Parts: sequence; structure tokens; C-alpha cells
Amino acid sequence: METIVPIRIQIIAIITSLAFLIYIGRLILKEKLREEYSIVWIICTLLLLIFSIWRGGLDIISHFLGVYQAPNLIFAGAIFAIFSYLLHLSVVVSNLHEKNKILTQELAILKKIIEDIENNKGNKKGSIQSNNSPEDKKTIN
Amino acid sequence: MIKVLIVIPAFNEEKNIALVIEKVTSIVTPYNIIIIPLVINDASIDGTAEVVLKNNCMLINLPVNLGIGGVVQTGFKYALYNGYDYAIQFDGDGQHPADKIVDLIEVALQGYDVVIGSRFIENKGYRSTFLRRIGIWYFKYIIKIFCGITIYDCTSGFRILNRKALEIVSEFYPDDYPEPVSIVLYKQKQLKIKEIPVIMYERIEGKSSIRAFNTIYYMIKVTLGLFFTFFRAIKNRN
Repeated sequence: METIVPIRIQIIAIITSLAFLIYIGRLILKEKLREEYSIVWIICTLLLLIFSIWRGGLDIISHFLGVYQAPNLIFAGAIFAIFSYLLHLSVVVSNLHEKNKILTQELAILKKIIEDIENNKGNKKGSIQSNNSPEDKKTIN
Repeated sequence: MIKVLIVIPAFNEEKNIALVIEKVTSIVTPYNIIIIPLVINDASIDGTAEVVLKNNCMLINLPVNLGIGGVVQTGFKYALYNGYDYAIQFDGDGQHPADKIVDLIEVALQGYDVVIGSRFIENKGYRSTFLRRIGIWYFKYIIKIFCGITIYDCTSGFRILNRKALEIVSEFYPDDYPEPVSIVLYKQKQLKIKEIPVIMYERIEGKSSIRAFNTIYYMIKVTLGLFFTFFRAIKNRN
């Protein structure tokens, strides 16, 4: 089963893939994209590049896997890849969320402690003393 | 001397908070117990912080909004770091009865790690909306399946924790709707839990964090939370 891909679209595909790969590389160089999140993108782009160059490849693989129409294989593979990556991003966001929460809490507690110290330094009968000293609380025996 | 921190979470509660602080500070405690209120302001956009300071009460301002779980956890961490023996969660909307704080402490002193103030033991006072009661009934059975104990009011936030429990919740505390899920957590860590009857009031002003609109979402989320907390604890034990 030999379908000839027109040479024009092949060249466009190769150029687009290469441009995308270069763009990812630039993002990493400028430290706008962390390496661990770029691996998926690099692999996907390399796959695109391989199939742009290897013209009959998609048909051969579809035939081998028993997929009747080659584009279906692309859709299935691409959607699966997108879902996996979205899941990965959800994990990343959850992780950030947790760390953000801890930082916020510790920051707020530290600010409170610093305010207490400053109040104590400023005037000896500052609010910290009336708040924290047990003697001021109403107690009965 | 027993030091107890009253953790009062507040989000846009400028109308209620002064009364809540007044209620807590006017409690008469036995001579060996000191209670200290601490308001945690969850990045309110109204004048909550000013009202609290005017009432000469301790205040922690969170720089960004965390939601109820994160706010309460901040208070628990503060209690743990500053050597308090117990921490009590006491809502800033005026629903919780201040006169029962001493009861909670006294029951906790009998050797319980967590004591929960429950609306449904004696079925008196404000008992929430119909939909929420269905939810609470549903969670009661789920918790019974997971933990083998019956908690009549698992959504009650009015509870006291000792240092053992504080250490657990400062490690992990669910973000939103933390009350039912944390019960499973306590039970998995083999804490001793006790429920005592209290009477709650309807909130004075403003809206609750749980609205009827969100009930289905609430139930699904809490069910998932209960489920995964249960299995996470089993996994960690092995």
C-alpha cells in the first residue's frame, strides 16, 4: 500500500516541525520552560519530524497495528498524548497548590511573630502583652 | 497551666467578628485553663482585620485567600509552634456556642485527642438546612463504613484538638470541606474521638461557605476525599 505524499506538504511539515523544535530549544535556553516539562514536547516534535521525512511510515505502522485508515491512528495517538500531558499538568498544578499553601501559612505566621516582636520593642505595654500574658485573662479559682 | 488557642477563621466577617471575639473573651474559665483567641483573616476584602485589631485580639493575616481548610490549618500550626496544649476551631460567623468551649476542654482533659461539638446528639437549636442534613446523614454512614464509629455531626467545625492531633493536621489537612474527611484521618491515626452535644445558632449575617447550590459538588468531593484519605492511611501504615 503505497500512497505518495505530495512533496510540497512534506517540505512544509518538515519546516514546521523543525521550527517548533527550535522554538522549544529557545524557550529552554531562555529559562522560560523547565527541562522536565519540555521532554514531552521534544519527543512529540521529533515524532512529527520523523513522519514528515519518512513518507510511507505512517501507513506501514497503521497496517502493522491493524488500523484501516492511517489518520485514525494519528488522532488516537495524539488524543492519548494530550490527555496524558493534561494529567501531568494537573499533577504539577496540585503540587504547586500545596507548596503555595504551605508558603502562605508560614509567611503569615512569621509576619505575626515579627509584628509581636516589634510591638514588644516599641512600647512595653504593647498589644502582644495584653494578648499573650496569662495574667490579663479573666480567671476564677 | 493549660493553654488553649481558639482559632477563629474569618473571611469577610466584619459584621460578626466583633461579637464573636467578645463572646470568647468573656468566657470564664477555671483557674488552670487559659484561652486565647486568634483570628485568622483569610485575605478578606472588607474591614475584618481592623475590627479585630480594634477589639485587641490576636490576628494573623493571610496574604492570599486559602479557603477554610488552609485557614484552620494555619491556626493549628501556630498553636503547635507556640506551645499551646489544645486548639479549638471556632467559626467567625457566630454559629458556635462560646459557652461550650470549657465543656470541650474538660472532656478533652479526660483523655480524648479530638472532641467534637455535635448538633445532632440532642437535636436542639439550629440544625442547618434540609439538604445539608441529608448530606450529614449520608456522611454518617460512609464514615461508619470506613471507620466503624458513628459521628452524628461530622460537618461540625466546633472541635478541640490536642497536640497529638495538631501534629497530624499540620502535616495534612484537606483544603475545602475539611471536617468529614479529617475524622477519617483521625481514626486512621488511632486518635480517641468523642462527641458532645451542643446547641448551635443560625449565622448572624452573611453567607455560609457551603450553599445549597454546591451541595452535590460538596457530596462528591467529600466522598472522594473520605475514600482516598482512608486508602492513603492504609498504604502509609504498611
